[in-house]
Amino acid sequence: MKSSNGKTIIFRRIILLSIIIVCFLFLAMFISLLVASFPSIIKFGISFFTGSTWDPVSGQFGALPFIIGTLLTSITALLISIPFALSIALFLGEYFNSGPISNFLSSSMELLAGIPSIIYGIWGLFVLAPVIRSFQLAIGVPPLGVGIFTASIILAIMIIPYSASIAREVIGMVPEELKEAAYSLGATRFEVTKKVIFPYSGSGIFAGILLSFGRALGETMAVTMVIGNSYDIPNSLFSPAHTISSLIANEFTEATDSVYVSSLIEMGLILFVITIIFGILGRFTIQKLSIKD
Amino acid sequence: MEGEVLNSFLKVEDLNVFYQEQQALKSVFIEFYRNKVHAVMGPSGCGKSTLIRCFNRMHELTPGTRVTGKIFMNNEDILAMDPIVIRRKTGMVFQKPNPFPTMSIYDNVIAGYKLNGIHLKKTESDRIVEESLQKAALWNEVKDKLFKRGTFLSGGQQQRLCIARALAMNPEVLLLDEPTSALDPKATKHIEELIVELKNTVSIILVTHNIGQAARVSDFTAFLYLGELVEYGTTEKLFTVPSDRRTEEYLSGKFG
Amino acid sequence: MKKELTEAKLFINNIKDKFFTVLIVFLSIAMVIPLILILFYIFRNGIMAINWELFFNIPKPTGETGGGVSNAIVGSLILIFFACIIALPVGIASGIYLSENKSGKLAQIARVTVDVLQGIPSIVIGIIAYIWIVVPSKSFSAISGSVSLAIMMLPVVIKNTEETLKLIPLSLKEAAYALGVPYHRVILKVVLPAGLSGVLTGILVSVARIAGETAPLLFTAFGNPFFSTNLFKPIEALPHIIFKYASSPYEDWQSIAWGASLILVAFVLFLNLIAKVVSKKWKVKF
Repeated sequence: MKSSNGKTIIFRRIILLSIIIVCFLFLAMFISLLVASFPSIIKFGISFFTGSTWDPVSGQFGALPFIIGTLLTSITALLISIPFALSIALFLGEYFNSGPISNFLSSSMELLAGIPSIIYGIWGLFVLAPVIRSFQLAIGVPPLGVGIFTASIILAIMIIPYSASIAREVIGMVPEELKEAAYSLGATRFEVTKKVIFPYSGSGIFAGILLSFGRALGETMAVTMVIGNSYDIPNSLFSPAHTISSLIANEFTEATDSVYVSSLIEMGLILFVITIIFGILGRFTIQKLSIKD
Repeated sequence: MEGEVLNSFLKVEDLNVFYQEQQALKSVFIEFYRNKVHAVMGPSGCGKSTLIRCFNRMHELTPGTRVTGKIFMNNEDILAMDPIVIRRKTGMVFQKPNPFPTMSIYDNVIAGYKLNGIHLKKTESDRIVEESLQKAALWNEVKDKLFKRGTFLSGGQQQRLCIARALAMNPEVLLLDEPTSALDPKATKHIEELIVELKNTVSIILVTHNIGQAARVSDFTAFLYLGELVEYGTTEKLFTVPSDRRTEEYLSGKFG
Repeated sequence: MKKELTEAKLFINNIKDKFFTVLIVFLSIAMVIPLILILFYIFRNGIMAINWELFFNIPKPTGETGGGVSNAIVGSLILIFFACIIALPVGIASGIYLSENKSGKLAQIARVTVDVLQGIPSIVIGIIAYIWIVVPSKSFSAISGSVSLAIMMLPVVIKNTEETLKLIPLSLKEAAYALGVPYHRVILKVVLPAGLSGVLTGILVSVARIAGETAPLLFTAFGNPFFSTNLFKPIEALPHIIFKYASSPYEDWQSIAWGASLILVAFVLFLNLIAKVVSKKWKVKF
């Protein structure tokens, strides 16, 4: 009996240790990024964020073009995705709860979510970009095919399944009684959606937007293939650009001197911090919503 | 039972049980006898489940539980022993039948050995399985499908499987916590008949909220109310001439 | 007059409702189109590149025929295998801890940490593995790639394990305790087997996810034009070679990229399918 008690103690210690490792992992990641960014932080300080010149040769590293590139692609992708994500969430959550159509759409979303990022990238480059190129020719814009617009579309397609599932989760939290009360008073589905569902889950949907935004910010491979690789500050939706992640993806292995590497790592740190903030904000808001009832 | 010699094997002295700040059992003194069926009855919340779960220290699974007093089994204080040792000497059957879903009927019966890493030779385990299933009156119904999953049986059969599983460990006492609450009347009748038969093999303590059941199967009955042992005696006496007014009221259905 | 107004209002409401419904359905179904287009083009362009050489040859310089991605296929499998060895023990153990400790400060902190970990961009995880392993060892390596993939697997495995084990009813554990089974055996021999399908599903889903990841490998595994199984040297992987070849200006390489894409998509979809089957067929009912 004594030995089984000993084994139990060892077991309890092992699972405790595992969870502590996980918590420390996160802390260690943050500290590593911070320390590795020090050379760049010390050298450039705030001008890292405001400088628009990225020139490895002369040792000048300003991240502004890429911060703008990241924000532009992510915000555009978000705006494109919102109507689709909300529609799917309402479709699956309210209009067609079950049945073959619902299963079909649900499975399609799962499939889309399962496609690897690089596949979106190769498809974007060889299938979507030529289409965008023709479109750009038609409206008299330089027919690059690649650029912020193309990247935003691919990004939107990638985040729609994710944001739709969060929106669906949030819409599902609306109490049945509230909806039934409205329906029994003769409200149409549109009115119930507008006056009951959206007000109730408004903050949750907002949280979903925050989470999706965080997702979009960190997306790398698909964006890298179609972003156009430019170091200039983008001046239009059709400009080629770089995002923080596409820049890192392209240049990290080329980086020779320590300041160069450190600057790239600092960009990674920025990405790390921003996605975490959005992630925590989003999750916190959803938790508050689910505690509400 | 006139003039019969009673063999006491389980003795509870001044047992108090607290769940956080609430007292579930107050100063209980009670004694149990070999090869007899003892019913513990009372309304919901009276502490009967708490009492029976002290006998195999299962009360410790609920965090925040405090216990004072002594429980002697064969003159050893259960509360001072290694809980695992005492649990292997007692068998428990729960309200909802709970055979292990990933195991066959055969493996379920010898689960007490398997899960504890006790290795049995095939002849040995075959013998234990057949004996236990015979004692639980289940052998004939399952002997041809010993290697099927236990969860395919009916509710009553599953419960008898759980009884067999407990008996396989040769326990000193069988603790039954409302074993027929979740069963239909026919299955309940089978189990009640089984309980009466089993007392020749093992001592039994039965928690029940069914007054009729207590009357039908037990030799001794204890009546608990709000954590106190109100009355305890032979079933015959308690049901015909109860000493306490509360017992009388409970028996006549004034509360429950 | 009043009656006409009300009737008109009802009519408009009805129109609004129908219009909105059509809009919702249209936008929802529209999302299936990109899916169909993507799968179609992957299949069409990929199938043209599928031949024996693709599977069994190593890459050849552009211009030479008969190049293949065998080194990438094997590399991916090796990276996944070692990522599992690193992530699964810690992940499952952590999941067990969280399912057994519903409240408590450490559990709460850990849950938030796991959520946050799940949201970290994969390229940043690649940077971490670079800092922790590539820099000290002064070499790109398969092991650093596996570490970055393991970090990505961890949150999914932990969450799945926790959610699955939380569903195991208390009655099962009580049955085992009553038989005198000690705690560690209750978890390992009763709870975990009962939740096997859920835990396995989590593993399959997380493997499907890391199989397609490129960013964390860019500066860890780094890629290797030759066939290699050495853990301490650079190694090629399917998503990485797709990136390299698709970004190149050479048509024969691009064609190989499509072929490799088809293989990758088929593999990932297959894993997700198995995960669904396991989740339904092996599920233990209580």
